[in-house]
Amino acid sequence: MNLRRDVFQAIADPTRRAILVLVAVHAMTAGAIAANFDTARPTVSKHLAILTECELLRQEQNGREIYYHLNPDKMKEIADFIEPFRQHWDDKFNKLEDIMRQYKTKK
Amino acid sequence: MERKTQVQAAEGKQELTITREFELPVELLFRAYAEPEIIEQWMGTKVLAFNGQKFGNWQYATSDKEGKVVFSANGTFHEFVTDQKITRTFEMENTGFGIQLEFLNFEALSDDTSKLTVHILYGSPAERDQFLKIGMDKGMNMAHNRLQQVAEKLK
Repeated sequence: MNLRRDVFQAIADPTRRAILVLVAVHAMTAGAIAANFDTARPTVSKHLAILTECELLRQEQNGREIYYHLNPDKMKEIADFIEPFRQHWDDKFNKLEDIMRQYKTKK
Repeated sequence: MERKTQVQAAEGKQELTITREFELPVELLFRAYAEPEIIEQWMGTKVLAFNGQKFGNWQYATSDKEGKVVFSANGTFHEFVTDQKITRTFEMENTGFGIQLEFLNFEALSDDTSKLTVHILYGSPAERDQFLKIGMDKGMNMAHNRLQQVAEKLK
């Protein structure tokens, strides 16, 4: 299966969203993250790999442990992609309003 | 800058909501969605078909200067209640995007102001996000074109 590793696919999964919420509070090891889920450890590892691959998580070596951090820049990217869409509709609606004002005066 | 148009798109959901308040009576706001010649003006598209009634169809197409169709979409109305609501499907043609379901709600706030709420349901959260992303790409292109026009004037 060819999994597309983009942020939007990454956040479409409920377990991965839960992982992001956990790590947002503080950096955690894979073991500590897995302890919060009933799913098998390899499944959690796979989720972490996907989140890391699309840069929503960053790995940091601390002694013998690897900690997972949230990458705030990437999270902002998700919020940012809504803004151009909003802008697009704002422009259209402004135009609608201008055009309909003419109908108003014609009445 | 005042943010008249708002978009709510919660993470991981397959829906989004667009809301906008207009300085227009609700009758005029509804007409902007119900009369093809008005739709053409503000949407900047050609209306090929528009049958504003239950089970009625609609089809839009936008062409570039050479007459090549760059955007086309179609759908069916399921509810069409004057000055109140429109429920319709929306399908962008030749894009591979899934069909979406749109609930448009028209509401009078006063004699001269009104509110539009557009609630859109997509096939999946991933589809919704892809749709938003394309919207962004399009927005970037538009901004780029505008920049180019300005730049050409400076030449």
